[in-house]
Amino acid sequence: MANFWTGASVHLGLICVCAGYLLPFIWMVSTSLKAGSQTQQVPPQFIPHPWKWHNYLDVFTHPTFHATLYTRNTLVIAILTVVGTTLSSAIVAYGFARIPFRGRGVLFGIMLATIMIPFPVTMVSVFRIFRWMDLHTAAWWGPDNALQMLGTFKPLWLPAWFGSAFNIFLLRQFFMTLPRELSEAARIDGCTEFAIFWRVVLPLAKPALAVVALFSFMGVWNDFLGPLVFIQRPEQYTLALGLQAFQSRIGGTPWQLLMAASTLVCMPTLILFFLAQRTFIEGIATTGGK
Amino acid sequence: MTSEERRNFFKGMAFISPWIIGFAVFTAVPIGLSFYYGFCDFALTAPRRAPLWIGLDNYQQLFHDVVFWKALRNTVYYASMALPAGMLVSLGLALMLNARIRGQTVYRAIIFLPSLVPAFASAMIWMWMFNPSMGVFNMLLGKLHVAPPDWLGERLAMPSLAFMSVWGVGNTVVIYLAGLQDVPRELLEAAEIDGAGTWRRMFSVTLPMLSPVIFFNLIMAIIGTFSILTVPYIITSGGPNKATYFYTMYNYDEAFKYLNMGYASALAWIQLAITMVLTGLAFWSAKKWVHYG
Repeated sequence: MANFWTGASVHLGLICVCAGYLLPFIWMVSTSLKAGSQTQQVPPQFIPHPWKWHNYLDVFTHPTFHATLYTRNTLVIAILTVVGTTLSSAIVAYGFARIPFRGRGVLFGIMLATIMIPFPVTMVSVFRIFRWMDLHTAAWWGPDNALQMLGTFKPLWLPAWFGSAFNIFLLRQFFMTLPRELSEAARIDGCTEFAIFWRVVLPLAKPALAVVALFSFMGVWNDFLGPLVFIQRPEQYTLALGLQAFQSRIGGTPWQLLMAASTLVCMPTLILFFLAQRTFIEGIATTGGK
Repeated sequence: MTSEERRNFFKGMAFISPWIIGFAVFTAVPIGLSFYYGFCDFALTAPRRAPLWIGLDNYQQLFHDVVFWKALRNTVYYASMALPAGMLVSLGLALMLNARIRGQTVYRAIIFLPSLVPAFASAMIWMWMFNPSMGVFNMLLGKLHVAPPDWLGERLAMPSLAFMSVWGVGNTVVIYLAGLQDVPRELLEAAEIDGAGTWRRMFSVTLPMLSPVIFFNLIMAIIGTFSILTVPYIITSGGPNKATYFYTMYNYDEAFKYLNMGYASALAWIQLAITMVLTGLAFWSAKKWVHYG
């Protein structure tokens, strides 16, 4: 009997919490399907009347919100980031996991500590460094051959090609679990260290690489502060900046369009989650310091 | 070093060299630079455009800067609500979701979903929910005949933001759930045989066994809470009347709006110092309550 009541109260608690957690989604989708006049109605209603499915098309044809362009920009940054960080983090993680070299422990400790440095702390100086690169390469090689960093997407994706501490940690944990005999066998067959990494270890690490790719994609898709700092021109806006500009530029925001756009922005990650639920959950679980 | 050790050293260095370069260029040098800039007058608006050493002036100015204290106080005020709320709710939810009940996967998925929503999108959604006349909260309150509060007004804006932050605890819940898997079943059964009830088992077995995970989540929450920017930037842009003007916003404004790189660097360093002190405190307190079994 005691068990029944415990179970019932857990259910009741969870149902209440879940209703609360779903409310924002319901409100978003409901608003996204309303006519503009209905969003202004007091008191507001949940059920759209009439159902304006057309809002979802209007998002793409709006004169000031360029959904296609922003999506393209975000995807360019995302693809370059995902490829760069997965590749470089794997290489570095292999070094930390499989090669016993002097100073490895200390360097690994330093690397872990950098996870704790928030971006706002370094953003000003990173910006300065990119500016410095632009100015000095212009002075050395002439303005035509100068590195163009600021004003392009490079500040957003280039750092990803040098490994990211979090991904390195994740992959290193995975590489440690692979049996050493595999590498030994390949070494006896005359493989170089890089060949062992590339042909033996990497193919076995596909699940872990998928986790890293997934999370770094989400990192770019969700990033607001990075683009805010490094992107100025409206034609380079990512979805995050585009949506924010859309919201703040016009008085009397068209909330139905903003909510339709928000719903669309949520879709890729929601779909990815339902396709790769296990990858997600295991990936997050591994971060819990195991 | 033997020749093998030397070979391994070079091999290892070759493999980790991308990180070493990246660490130097994008972390170590920036932190060093901002330390130096913190002692400089370095306004990009001035014709001179090179940092000029002014010693401790920036830090002295900070000490008398009303906006600095306001932003710091705001951030601490927010953290004092969002941190405990997030820690308690995520732990509570994880314990409930760990119970073997029907529909567990559905509950888990629903609680996790908000973590997938980009922060800038959830800011839009909540901004619209908080809307005093057309938002959903005041509609529901209206049905209960409660006077509709101004959620984003000067007094309530900060608690509202903290309340909203609880929506996104799904990630933390997942980490707790993974930790709960590792609580040894035998230990719980032994406690049950010894006559320990549900609560006693939770406080004497589950929570102590989970404490390393709680500690990990606490550290992450401290760092995350003190560097929050996106959500308040979009919802309130620091207003009304600077009631939600966060520390990171001040840092951003000084650097990229007023182009005071020197002053902004001093602000960044203080943030780093605060984060380090708080994390240090957490590590120090960990000796008393974290059990590594």
